[in-house]
Amino acid sequence: MGIRFLFLFTVALFVTSHVTRAELMEQKGESAQAVNKPISVKAFQPPSNDSIPDDEFGKMVRLGKNIFTHTGKYAADYVGNNQNCVNCHLDAGRLANSAPLWAAWVRYPAYRKKNKMVNTIQERIQGCFRYSMNGTPPPANGETIKALMSYAYWMAEGAPTGVKLPGQGYPKLNKPKMQPDYQRGAEVFAQNCALCHGADGQGVRQGDEQVFPPLWGKQAFNWGAGMHRINTAAAFIRANMPLGKGGSLSVQQAWDVAYYVNSHERPQDPRFEGNLEATKEAFHSHQCRYGDKVGKTVLGQSSK
Amino acid sequence: MNKRITESLVGAALVFTASAVTAAPLGKAIAQQGNGKGAPGCISCHGDKGQGNAAAGYPYLAGQPKEYLVNQLKAFTDKTRTSPVMQPFAGALSAEEMEAVADYFSQLPLPAPAGGNVVSDVSGPGERLVRQGKWSVGMPACFQCHGDRGQGVASHFPAISGQSEGYLKKQLEHWRKGERSNDPIGLMQAVAGHLEESEIAAVSSYLSTLSPVKVP
Repeated sequence: MGIRFLFLFTVALFVTSHVTRAELMEQKGESAQAVNKPISVKAFQPPSNDSIPDDEFGKMVRLGKNIFTHTGKYAADYVGNNQNCVNCHLDAGRLANSAPLWAAWVRYPAYRKKNKMVNTIQERIQGCFRYSMNGTPPPANGETIKALMSYAYWMAEGAPTGVKLPGQGYPKLNKPKMQPDYQRGAEVFAQNCALCHGADGQGVRQGDEQVFPPLWGKQAFNWGAGMHRINTAAAFIRANMPLGKGGSLSVQQAWDVAYYVNSHERPQDPRFEGNLEATKEAFHSHQCRYGDKVGKTVLGQSSK
Repeated sequence: MNKRITESLVGAALVFTASAVTAAPLGKAIAQQGNGKGAPGCISCHGDKGQGNAAAGYPYLAGQPKEYLVNQLKAFTDKTRTSPVMQPFAGALSAEEMEAVADYFSQLPLPAPAGGNVVSDVSGPGERLVRQGKWSVGMPACFQCHGDRGQGVASHFPAISGQSEGYLKKQLEHWRKGERSNDPIGLMQAVAGHLEESEIAAVSSYLSTLSPVKVP
């Protein structure tokens, strides 16, 4: 009886979201060019934005949302670049297949290979600041972490704990038929990305507002961020880019353009202790270009 | 249909009243008096300060990015943007004249703030779509690309705050039906394709109640 109730309850939590038809067609070997019609899969539905409570807890949730969407403004002390959390977690952290907060919340504490230890959600968020935000980890008991945790907790209301929910992270991408290629990636970038991110990859800034984020260079995520990994970037791009047209790039295009974006210089890996080779050896045995030679530059060499 | 005929008649009347270019700088002259070769003065419909005519559904041009305005004039001529009124006028402008008149309007100050009878649509469907989008179908918020206050971003995302309701509605419908297809990488067609008719109305209404905002 109790189990049956739990089952029904869990099922009720999942309502319709989408992956693209292009993804399905590609799995069947059909062309995915310019196909962009969503089809249904089941994903957890976070509470609506209007339902943040009007009380002390709600205030903290709202602060968390503000930090999440305007990180440089609301968490200025801990941010060292022009990124905002929402750049990689679309729809203010709500969107399935864009590393949603509700799916992350229910998966911690967890062991992470990245630092070879069990991480609390506080430590996980601190990692985002250290790497993706190229900044300083906020104190685990300080207001910034407290607000972000409150926001994530509020968003995960009713989600089962310890369960890998559909829509978590970025959907793993099939390997490309051809090795990812810089030149092809540059062409994909010019045609599909430069409109918003600029031909120089620096995005668009208006006053204090970063409208479109930089993808490389001093104001971008650093060499320790998850997004510098080609497979991670390719998965994110394929599912979510260009904005409003997720799934319109082919798998090959997504890999090529991820390879291109991550073949540019960016801020140094904060674990760097003076020796590029040693840092590469210790922390970069994955799909990335840290330490690779591109033109006359060794990536990571001129990073600061 | 009737509206189209009316628009065409208005257009034809303007052609006859258009006078020759004076010694004033080219852009200003075209804006005010036309080029004497079939393009009437833009201000006769778009207002003497480029503020548009909200009631008639003519958009404001003042303060819009120059490149955006040039692209629209070109789009009328290659028919990737349909308008029975604008097509012949744009076709009567040389490339140099397009540049000049776009430059003129891009440098005019923004239109005055929205009037006093603004109905606040806080948390209504229009505001939600404009500020939050409809991600359940993969649609980003209007303000994600057009700026956090609809002020426009760079040269491809025009200002939409304070724009004429009728104009916005018509454009969204055109994007949806493919009657307008001059959007870079098909972004607006994808977005508009996700909108129901009632949502187009709500978005247009909400945006028209906002004041035009200067790009920071």
